[in-house]
Amino acid sequence: MKAAQLDATFSALADPTRRAILARLAKGEATVLELAEPFEMTQSAISQHLKVLEDAALISRRVDGARRPRRLAKAGIEAMDQWLAMLRKGLEKNYDRLDRVIATLNQQQKEETP
Amino acid sequence: MSKMTLETVGDSNLVVKRRFNATPEMIYRAHTDPKLIQQWMLGPDGWTMPVCISEARPGGKIRYEWTDGKGGGFHLTGEYQELEPFARIVHVERMHLPDATPDNRVETRFDRDGAETLMTMVMTLPDAKTRAAMLESGMEHGMEAGYVRLERMF
Repeated sequence: MKAAQLDATFSALADPTRRAILARLAKGEATVLELAEPFEMTQSAISQHLKVLEDAALISRRVDGARRPRRLAKAGIEAMDQWLAMLRKGLEKNYDRLDRVIATLNQQQKEETP
Repeated sequence: MSKMTLETVGDSNLVVKRRFNATPEMIYRAHTDPKLIQQWMLGPDGWTMPVCISEARPGGKIRYEWTDGKGGGFHLTGEYQELEPFARIVHVERMHLPDATPDNRVETRFDRDGAETLMTMVMTLPDAKTRAAMLESGMEHGMEAGYVRLERMF
């Protein structure tokens, strides 16, 4: 995956509302109207978030008469995000553990220096 | 809230930053002393590192073996290339899943920032095939994948 696309994916995922929209779409497709309701946002605010997600290839739209339901673009998410999420989670766990190791070392050092 | 940041830079690098409430010397030691590495570089809960070889000199060997205590496990091998105590480490590493992934060059810096240390780790972004292999192995070994995480953020 190209770096520019990765950057777009990162920015898109950085916003909590957009992550919530993705979580909602993971349960099934939804229109702008259907998304605006639970998030208590205007349709135009939701549309802006959807555009960011669409540009990042995380979601796509389907034409159904006058409706334009959005759905998760599986390929876009799977391509990179799962791996990064796993890496992030593993590293965060490691560094939180390292914090505790450091606390013990700091304590030992204090005891050694009167 | 997370103190760690992870972002891509340029075409092929991944940069991880994390602050620690410790001196660069202590964080450097935690990255090179096998007795310390074994206490934190463990991935998911429940895993241990019974074998940890870390020869902290240029050309020195790295070998980490992880186990879940239930017969599952994998290992990583590598070599140190450059060491600047207590500021910078350059090493290459590869995972054995069991096939070896392509060599990954990792540069880790430790910069003093007041009473804290800012760690900056730059690594190569693996190609799609390597990512898939790592993901498959990770899930097999009890790591959660992206979709799970995405849903739990809601």
